Amino acid sequence: MFGVSTQALFGQLLLGLINGSFYALLSLGLAVIFGMLNIINFAHGALYMMGAFCAYFLLNWAGVGYWGALLLAPLIVGAIGVVIERTMLQWLSGLDHLYGLLLTFGLALIIQGLFQNTFGSSGMPYAIPKELTGGQNLGFMFLPNYRAWVVAFSLVICLGTWFIIERTKLGAYLRAATENPGLVRAMGINVPRMITLTYGAGVALAALAGVLAAPINQVRPLMGADLIIIVFAVVVIGGMGSIMGSILTGFLLGLVEGLTKVFYPEASSTVIFVVMTVVLLVKPAGLFGRSA
Amino acid sequence: MTDISKASTVSSSFAPSERIALAAMIIFFALAPLVIYPFFLMNAICFALFACAFNLLIGYVGLLSFGHAMFLGVAGYVSAHTAKVWGVTPEIAVLLSVAASTTLGVIVGSLAIRRQGIYFAMITLALSQMVYFFCVQAPFTHGEDGIQSVPRGKLFGFIDLSNETACYIVVVLVFLAGFLLIHRTISSPFGEILKAIRENEQRAISLGYKTDRYKLMAFVLSASLAGLAGGMKAIMAQNASLTDVHWSMSGEVVLMTLVGGLGTVFGPVVGAFVIVAMQNYLSPYGSWVTVIQGAVFVACVLVFRRGIVGEISHLLGKPL
Repeated sequence: MFGVSTQALFGQLLLGLINGSFYALLSLGLAVIFGMLNIINFAHGALYMMGAFCAYFLLNWAGVGYWGALLLAPLIVGAIGVVIERTMLQWLSGLDHLYGLLLTFGLALIIQGLFQNTFGSSGMPYAIPKELTGGQNLGFMFLPNYRAWVVAFSLVICLGTWFIIERTKLGAYLRAATENPGLVRAMGINVPRMITLTYGAGVALAALAGVLAAPINQVRPLMGADLIIIVFAVVVIGGMGSIMGSILTGFLLGLVEGLTKVFYPEASSTVIFVVMTVVLLVKPAGLFGRSA
Repeated sequence: MTDISKASTVSSSFAPSERIALAAMIIFFALAPLVIYPFFLMNAICFALFACAFNLLIGYVGLLSFGHAMFLGVAGYVSAHTAKVWGVTPEIAVLLSVAASTTLGVIVGSLAIRRQGIYFAMITLALSQMVYFFCVQAPFTHGEDGIQSVPRGKLFGFIDLSNETACYIVVVLVFLAGFLLIHRTISSPFGEILKAIRENEQRAISLGYKTDRYKLMAFVLSASLAGLAGGMKAIMAQNASLTDVHWSMSGEVVLMTLVGGLGTVFGPVVGAFVIVAMQNYLSPYGSWVTVIQGAVFVACVLVFRRGIVGEISHLLGKPL
């Protein structure tokens, strides 16, 4: 097709799907945090990086493998998130949203700087767990097991988060507290604690993405820094009005990026921003967003 | 009616406290080269103009642009390229760079003002990242190498800028022109409308103002002045590089403004000097500078939201 081998096409589409799952997991976490705290968590990329480092430390210092890290790293980084919310973000409620963005930007600088000082800028390898090495020959392409696992697992996590927020009682409280915190509080629900835990959960999603990324990309202090801007573009395109919006937009843009790599590689690093520009021209509120 | 006209005539000139601060600033610029390395001063003054241009948006319209580095950086490339490759005189190079940043400002501004608040910040950030990728790939910017050894040239054909004193005086004069233009803008009726939009955009709309048009005008003006800073900086420093287009530079200008005092006239100038000095004197500590900058950011947002000048102005009870 258009002089492109199907092998290359499907290979890039798979790569796009994998990037898409990271975009989806990260923008989902951003959306969850934004919904409750009204804060754009600029530290999201840094916390994603911490998730990957956490997996690395667990393996090399405590002998905890990939599967343990998949559970423990989000819990540990999530706990750090809880501390951040309790000690800093809490004091910003009631102020202009921009202060939240600026504070988390400062946090991102601190976290990234500390990791850079300790580990330098080069990457450290993290092996693919042995259960997921190898791959399947699908006839038209070779599918590495680990990549298939990443896509499948992040889909499950995304849909699970969507289910909790849109279909359970806990999610109903969350959504109600977003609309009217005072009223929900009057009904005897501890809204501040819910806000803290929501931030922890959003951060845990970022850390989970970090653990998933560790065997694919190397574990680097700056791995989150450039990704976060792409995720912001994803958020603008999706509109952040709905949880499903972030998930769909994340995967969709991963695919768009993958396709661009096949047909016009020079534009692959900018295509998401081009899409953002077009979407803004046609639909300023984003694809799934409510008008601001 | 009379009240309004009186208010705008009063505020269109400097308040007495601001006049004293302005005099102090000019005296500082006149005496500082005697004790401080002029290159450092010129660099700081360029960043001060950049921060003032940025503050025009956040401080007076309430728009946080997180991509202002693109105007500084692109203008720098344009003036460096035209001065070095085309061989134009410095004033033409700087004018062309302002034209470039103004054009970019119109494009980016008209896209970004479609959304508000945090979205505005994210859109400007994302678009600046697109500009960054363009600058990495475009042949005339020379990618990672940047444009080096740009000739300072002769201003208007006879003022030799390779003379450090002449160059310093020109940089100070250009800065003052930009600074006064910004002050004139924020204290004009146009500036009052901008402040009204900052305070309550819905009310400004219901009063009949086409707020999008005002926001766009402010954005473009800010972009042009950021470009002026970038164009002048490239001539003065004799190079243009990717550092100035990278989004971390956008973060730095936010930090400068925040440290000095959001929405104060002199805050961004003080903030720029503090941050440039910090980078200059802490550079032996490598990436600890990033950590320190982050810590300053956090401290400013949590306990020091008025910034240095804002705090002084609050203590004195007078505008600065």
